[in-house]
Amino acid sequence: MVERTIVGAHYGLSGWLAQRITAIVMALATLVMVAGIWSASPLTYAIWKGLFTKWWMWLSLSLFLLSVMLHAWVGVRDILMDYIKPTGIRLTLEVLFLLALAYCTVWAMQILWRI
Amino acid sequence: MPDLTAKKKRPLWYNLSPLNLPLPGLVSIFHRVSGALLFLGLVWFLFLLDMSLASEDGFARFRGHVGHPLVKLLLLGFLWAYLHHFFAGIRYLFLDIDKGVDLAAARASSYAVLAVSLALTVLLGMRLW
Repeated sequence: MVERTIVGAHYGLSGWLAQRITAIVMALATLVMVAGIWSASPLTYAIWKGLFTKWWMWLSLSLFLLSVMLHAWVGVRDILMDYIKPTGIRLTLEVLFLLALAYCTVWAMQILWRI
Repeated sequence: MPDLTAKKKRPLWYNLSPLNLPLPGLVSIFHRVSGALLFLGLVWFLFLLDMSLASEDGFARFRGHVGHPLVKLLLLGFLWAYLHHFFAGIRYLFLDIDKGVDLAAARASSYAVLAVSLALTVLLGMRLW
């Protein structure tokens, strides 16, 4: 007799974990950036731009933007899986949202490299 | 012989109001709704960030843009969405490691999430206005 254990392939575990890790990263980055922006005054263009050239602000912003893309993807996928039952429509929407997030990631990098 | 197929008149009480949810349920659905809102706002936030950092002129346009009363109202909505998602998310991280899962603690933390995110929205909103 063949022994079979049906435990699945841990589909979704990596997504679940990524969602938590990115959440913690974003929460910390938020605190750093809020503190940075709070301490910057008066808010002129030079000060605003100068703020983001500081390494800890730049690091926080870049970690935040990268994390938010991953985090949003897991969340959107969860929502689509819950409410959109026909596979074809769900797959189409998933591809559209994924493309949108990929576009946003490239845009975010462009913003970061220009600072 | 009684007619077994006849439908009995039974009282109907369908209260489908989402506000009838227990507090943890309310926090949960708001977490999802705020997350979806923030996702939709992502492109706009990137647009604002890009504009504000691009140039002196862009920064001035950014200030003008976010100074508009309707935009401020929209930002206030996003501020609540962010704060609720933030605090509810922290609550879920604790629930994940089995902290605060009993009924009393779960209710208390739900109440705290709703209250703190609303209070901070009002406070920060007043300051930023």
